[in-house]
Amino acid sequence: MPAVVTPWWRNRRLIPWLVQGGVGLALLVLIAFLLGNLVRNLAAAGLLLSWGWLDNPAGFDLSETLLPFDAGLPYWRALLAGLVNTLRVVLAGLVGATVLGTLVGVASFSGNGLLRRLARIYVELIRNIPLLLQLLFWYFVVFLALPGGAEAIQLPGVVLAKSGLYLGRPELVNGVWQAPLRLTVEFSALLTGLVVYTAAFIAEVVRGGVASVPSGQWEASRSLGFTPAMTLRRIVLPQALRVIVPALNSQYISLAKNSSLAVACGFTDLYSVAETTLNQTGRAVEVILILLGSYLLLDLLISALMNGLNGLVQLKER
Amino acid sequence: MALLRRLAFAVPLLASMALAGCASNDGAVQSQKLGAIKARDKLICGVEGKLPGFSFVNPDGSYTGLDVDVCKAVAAAVLGDPAKVEYRDLNSSERFAALASGEVDLLSRNTTFTLSRDAAGGNGLSFAPPVFYDGQGVMAPTASGVKRLADLAGKPICVETGTTTELNLADRMREIKAAYTPLKFQTSDQTYAAYLQGRCAAVTSDRSQLAAKRTSFPDPAAHALLPDVLSKEPLAPATTNADPAWADAVRWVVFALMQAEESGISQASVDARVAQAKADTNQADLRRFLGVEGDFGKHLGLPPDFVVRAVKAVGNYGEIFERNVGAGSQLKLERGLNRQWKDGGLIYSPPFR
Repeated sequence: MPAVVTPWWRNRRLIPWLVQGGVGLALLVLIAFLLGNLVRNLAAAGLLLSWGWLDNPAGFDLSETLLPFDAGLPYWRALLAGLVNTLRVVLAGLVGATVLGTLVGVASFSGNGLLRRLARIYVELIRNIPLLLQLLFWYFVVFLALPGGAEAIQLPGVVLAKSGLYLGRPELVNGVWQAPLRLTVEFSALLTGLVVYTAAFIAEVVRGGVASVPSGQWEASRSLGFTPAMTLRRIVLPQALRVIVPALNSQYISLAKNSSLAVACGFTDLYSVAETTLNQTGRAVEVILILLGSYLLLDLLISALMNGLNGLVQLKER
Repeated sequence: MALLRRLAFAVPLLASMALAGCASNDGAVQSQKLGAIKARDKLICGVEGKLPGFSFVNPDGSYTGLDVDVCKAVAAAVLGDPAKVEYRDLNSSERFAALASGEVDLLSRNTTFTLSRDAAGGNGLSFAPPVFYDGQGVMAPTASGVKRLADLAGKPICVETGTTTELNLADRMREIKAAYTPLKFQTSDQTYAAYLQGRCAAVTSDRSQLAAKRTSFPDPAAHALLPDVLSKEPLAPATTNADPAWADAVRWVVFALMQAEESGISQASVDARVAQAKADTNQADLRRFLGVEGDFGKHLGLPPDFVVRAVKAVGNYGEIFERNVGAGSQLKLERGLNRQWKDGGLIYSPPFR
């Protein structure tokens, strides 16, 4: 009996390789064509990618920076200062949104009907309004409406004034508030907006996580004499984390990306500095590449950390 | 999302650069842009859109202003109809990407003519002659007691990001060794809203823009311009270096508006002057300018009577100025530097010959 030879066009091992290879090759050719054309046209316009301008003095000032900055320093220092500002608001935002989101998420399981309904109203109201509108609201309607000077709102240890939030024994010196820690209204408005917005989504994630724990767990721990608070902390939340952490990852990434809306409320973040840089230098392609790279790195970093955390909270099979 | 908005402009820019290939340039007045505009039968003009006197949207949705009239004049010259314009509102950071990517044909948006914007190694724009000579100023509430720039030391100043204003402010404050806090906003609306809310001790921009914006404040008399002029700001329409023939056409339409004022040709009198030029063969200058003889239009890739069409659509430069920003407007700005050269100003058209 002669061996049955499968013709190559019906070979189930070969065909997928051929198709994938063909599509991959076509994609590579297209990318090479686009890149080649881009480089050729940029060269023709005298705009070939170059990075020397990063060392030129920036010539503009920044309103608030952790790193010392003045107009005489180079562009890369300005961009770095912007990146540090972005990191500052993102870190503070992550902490704030996690705390608020967890509280609201847990509140939706509260035995107190008022608290439960308030939590639902908060979530539905906040997550259905665009973030940009909320930021404009916080900045222009809430924070800029604060009184200034001696009329500022004074709480123990905190002063809320139009010029900023002053923490730790603020004093009024010559009509200007002085305090060890001052947050500008721009930073405060952006942080408030990001925290309030992201917390609404995190609350839903937490609610879903808690709901995924079988009700038998609640009942069992109640019958063992645990208080509701202890049940939540010792029994339910550790199990809920397995569901919560992966979903939390994308909320954290969203927050980091949304921080680029800072320019709406006058905060000097990476995007704001990049925009000024782009306009002063005309280096659109390079500046956009820096922006893309920075946000990509930031989000990958957050993802990596969250994946690490995810590994810790998952069920360990021994 | 702001990043997304920027990408919306940057991606077409990259894509168009990537796909553009090699433009053929075989004929003298072969202009891709002019051809595209004629084929589309519409001029796409980038404007500010929120600046009374320069470009402003009326309650009925139509646009008016000095910058808008430049768009109309160009549309009338190229397409024969000042209404064949599609306006795009651009903020100061979007404008150059929009022009470079071909999103708009012409940028008529109170843009300062500078070296880095003009140079091929910079933004690579091609500027038409300035249609408004301005200077950067500072406005502060009269009640605040701020009288000079130096009074602003240590105080926050509101400024629109992506403008020459931002740099000039940094330079001048450094000169007088005054520390200050620049608060930067993406749109003029946000900038003035923050100023009116009292977040900044002052707001800085071109003096004409400050005057224009002040007319829409709740109490215009409570705000005053400081005497300091921080910079020269010649505001000019712009196209790109990529299509020199199109840039020339725009340039000479603008010059035509200026020359028309110098020659005493107004919107009302242009028809009579054409009849006069046709009747009297001795008025060679006038006949050439109005396209009765010669082929200036052809050189530019425009109809022979492009000057007549433009002036008939929007009037001469003086009429445009007075109607939009001068005595006939709310702004009531002085002609100042924007007078004809014969009257001691800077408006000067090279000869039409």
